[in-house]
Amino acid sequence: MENLRELYQEVILDHNKNPRNFRAMDDADGFAHGNNPLCGDTIDVYLKLKDGVVEDVSFAGHGCAICTSSASMMTTALKGRTEAEAEALFNSFHHALTEDADYPDDVPLGKLEVLKGVKDYPVRVKCATLAWHTFDAALKKHQGEVTTE
Amino acid sequence: MSNVAQYDVVSIRNDFPILERSIHGKPLVYLDNGASVQRPVQVIRAIEQLYQENYANVHRGVHTLSQESTRLFDDARVKVRGFIHAACVHEVIFTSGTTESINLVAQSYARPRLQKGDEILITHMEHHSNIVPWQIVCEQTGAQLKVVPISDKGELEMDRFAELLSEKTKLVSVVHISNALGTVNPVKQIIDAAHAIGVPVLVDGAQAAPHIPVDVQKLDADFYAFSGHKVYGPTGVGVLYGKEALLKEMPPYQGGGDMILSVSFEGTTYNQLPYKFEAGTPNIAGVIGLGAAVDYVQKIGLGAIAAHEHGLLEYATAKLRQINGLRIIGEADQKAGLISFVLDAVHPHDIGTMLDAEGVAIRAGHHCAQPIMERYGVPATARASFAMYNTFQEIDVLAEAIQKTIKMFA
Repeated sequence: MENLRELYQEVILDHNKNPRNFRAMDDADGFAHGNNPLCGDTIDVYLKLKDGVVEDVSFAGHGCAICTSSASMMTTALKGRTEAEAEALFNSFHHALTEDADYPDDVPLGKLEVLKGVKDYPVRVKCATLAWHTFDAALKKHQGEVTTE
Repeated sequence: MSNVAQYDVVSIRNDFPILERSIHGKPLVYLDNGASVQRPVQVIRAIEQLYQENYANVHRGVHTLSQESTRLFDDARVKVRGFIHAACVHEVIFTSGTTESINLVAQSYARPRLQKGDEILITHMEHHSNIVPWQIVCEQTGAQLKVVPISDKGELEMDRFAELLSEKTKLVSVVHISNALGTVNPVKQIIDAAHAIGVPVLVDGAQAAPHIPVDVQKLDADFYAFSGHKVYGPTGVGVLYGKEALLKEMPPYQGGGDMILSVSFEGTTYNQLPYKFEAGTPNIAGVIGLGAAVDYVQKIGLGAIAAHEHGLLEYATAKLRQINGLRIIGEADQKAGLISFVLDAVHPHDIGTMLDAEGVAIRAGHHCAQPIMERYGVPATARASFAMYNTFQEIDVLAEAIQKTIKMFA
């Protein structure tokens, strides 16, 4: 099991156990519901914008450790960023895990680097990216459920 | 206990080459048998031999290879008849699997008979493949789907079944053994109750055929469906058993070659049973492989297999119950060899990944039975399911790997 440390790093396990910004928001400006029904991962993302800046972002729901910790780390990484910066980080994160050229890799991932190990577990990539796609939908005020399956 | 004592799991394991594999440097412990079992060398060889020595299309050529293939193909049907104790060989229809078998009954038996106000009765513990075909046929006809609820233990609420069964019911379709809970349902009792008011019953035997002896005549089942890949045979082949009288009345499910006697643009005469329901070139190698699988299972003996797997179930249940923070989902009195469980601190997908690192293959997810997950308030479960080749030591490895997982996530 020790070889799984690359996937389940201490910081990931910590975010899973003690997720940050794990709460529903009553006065959110943006909201989206993410659902990977095959996995059973369900994430609601709430966000509050002020003058084009992400003032607050939170999430609720349940998922595996990869899904939960990715959502938790996402919320801490996004606070204080402008909409454009948030979009750029989403693109870079998605690119890091999928190498999808449609998502430009323009900004450094910072603390999110620890999630890059997920790339070696292709079936788990959808777990790590669910919260981000849900955030993206909340930001763009897309209707309907988000899924990465 | 004599069966268990004589049961030679070591020599059985020697028949399954894949069990020698190592996964991440650990010996494979294959406990995902509910999804699909592994194949013995006897099945692999039968398919190999067919392609190397006897293969041609069946039921058409006068040449030697076609005759040899046809004989092997027809022999497999005879073997399957014996396996499920059907009255006649032509009551065995080859399909692509349990799913197609159920869809065949839904479209060919139920659809022409159903009217608005009629009801199909299923249960809360069905696999999606025994839910969705009925939803489709209900949408097509205006009939209604009724669902027998289950108890907290994971057993059918038989008094509710008795209430829901009525003159409106046109067909009962019930799973023999639940793939998500392991519950063995009282199908004989269900069939008798349905027949008392003239309602036919389809039994989804996908999880039963590999694990307990099945006698469709003793059960008096009207239809019985199962898959090849779960009875140690190839993928892409399955069986629909149907009583001759019912099958004869039913229109073909698909049109094509092999299912006709003569075709002209004025009209077509359908072939007799079982060919009426087997349009197109069949899964020849699959059927012949299934015949070899059925031979193998019968050589070991389903009574002995059931006893061995029951021993594994009891041992594993006792072992897993000792683990703090582990909850078993499905604790029916009559259970087959599988255990669904959840851990307080670890999501089933993380359990699956962690156990894989220890060489242990289990299933994590909703097991194509989302209504069950909802019933027990869990998004998914981890499931260890046993087969004839599993050992008590493998259960120890499973339990230890779960303990390690809990420790890592603590």
